[in-house]
Amino acid sequence: MSGKLKIKGDPNDSIRGFLRHLLESGKIDGVFALGKTGKGLNYLLVTDKEKVDELYPLFPFMPENAANLLSRLTFSGPLPGKIAVVIKPCELRAFVELVKREQASRDNLVFISPVCGGVLDFVQYKNDALEKSVPGYMKSFAKRENAENIRPTCRACEYFIPINADITVIPAEEACEFYLNTDKAGEITKGAPGDLSDGELDEAAFEPLMGSRKAEKEKLFEELKLEDYGIKGLVEVFGKCLGCHGCMSVCPICYCALCAFESKDNEFTPPVFESELTKRGGLRVPPNTIFYHLGRITHMGISCVGCGMCSDVCPVDIPVSSIFLRSGDAVQKVFDYLPGKDIEEPVPLSTFIEDELTEVED
Amino acid sequence: MSDFEPKIMTFLCNWCSYAGADLAGVSRIQYPPNTRVIRVPCSGRVDPLFILKCLQDGYDGVLVSGCHPGDCHYISGNYVARRKFAVLKKALEFMGMEPDRVQFSWVSAGEGEKFSQVISKVTETVKALGPAKKLVKRIGR
Repeated sequence: MSGKLKIKGDPNDSIRGFLRHLLESGKIDGVFALGKTGKGLNYLLVTDKEKVDELYPLFPFMPENAANLLSRLTFSGPLPGKIAVVIKPCELRAFVELVKREQASRDNLVFISPVCGGVLDFVQYKNDALEKSVPGYMKSFAKRENAENIRPTCRACEYFIPINADITVIPAEEACEFYLNTDKAGEITKGAPGDLSDGELDEAAFEPLMGSRKAEKEKLFEELKLEDYGIKGLVEVFGKCLGCHGCMSVCPICYCALCAFESKDNEFTPPVFESELTKRGGLRVPPNTIFYHLGRITHMGISCVGCGMCSDVCPVDIPVSSIFLRSGDAVQKVFDYLPGKDIEEPVPLSTFIEDELTEVED
Repeated sequence: MSDFEPKIMTFLCNWCSYAGADLAGVSRIQYPPNTRVIRVPCSGRVDPLFILKCLQDGYDGVLVSGCHPGDCHYISGNYVARRKFAVLKKALEFMGMEPDRVQFSWVSAGEGEKFSQVISKVTETVKALGPAKKLVKRIGR
């Protein structure tokens, strides 16, 4: 199925009209999208068509990685009704990863995802400056350039065109284009307002954006110099870590109910303290800060989608997500794996090929 | 650093490599005394965190050894271990650690001779690399 639906109006208006139509016609039972709550923007699950007006589905902001939230909604089984889900490409990829890891269910969900120009960072959010940044953001996006004030990992993200979305949206000032990728999408858009025509997403039109993203990625990795870290660099960077574990709780891939780093396994017993102190004469309390970060890299680097949540919530501005993007990139290359690309492809660490990786054996 | 004697942590799987080490012992085969052995039920039991912890706590090298491909007591534990190990090795490289400090090897219950060779080889490699300093925790540094 392929097709193109053009709806007039600014991004949020046009998608609101579309979602309202879907709810009215009974083709879907609910909408999961960004919406306003007071001064804040949060994800809402809406079933009343009047409430669609409170949604800002294409607002360039990510208060929490939606994959986390969708996993909470669908962990014990698919939702009873059909839900249209409007999320960013990286959130969709993270969600696919969670489905693979049996933490969520894809049934009954219709995914609508925009070609993403990145999301505005938390600094803008904290200063109530989101709204002010949007016009500039849209202008840059229309020129297919990186906008200001977006997350560093967004600037370096090469996967801004959604993978696995039922409907892909290209947001624009005047009229938005909805590309229908699946039969499911074709079915629910029958009779929707707007002009339906044939057409497929022209990926070549985003070459300029891809070019600058690639350059930014190279620059980010260059500046990070992770290869030269060693313990000195690690202490330098993670020395500021407060141990709040915020990066872990916002990470869509970190789903363990009881994290090894929050369990008793990670606590030093008095004899361990004694032996450590005899060896070193002093300790950071609580210990194991760097161990925690290294452990997270080895545990979920393979599935890191580079959404940038961890850096944004970090109270002391450690570039966690840049470090993850870099090490994740290296690890994913070993298995030629792109997280969230194919829902059928197993996570590399849960499977194996009998004849492989002979270079790591001696 | 000619008199440097490395400390090497060795994770041996219960069914093959541990028995291989045992065979080396009862056959009185000589090998360097630098290893400390931890017996694990399967090489798949070795979490990358174990290896990181060893390196942080001052071990100069880590060896993980399990059954030959196809011989795993739990059918596929050693294959999964190999994948986990490949990931860790890559991550270590990006943390500025010499990847040769961690080694992975297959030793079966009948290969006492091979066990001694593996230990000698790992000890030689790590000795040549010198003491591990990159990941060792020290206060104020």
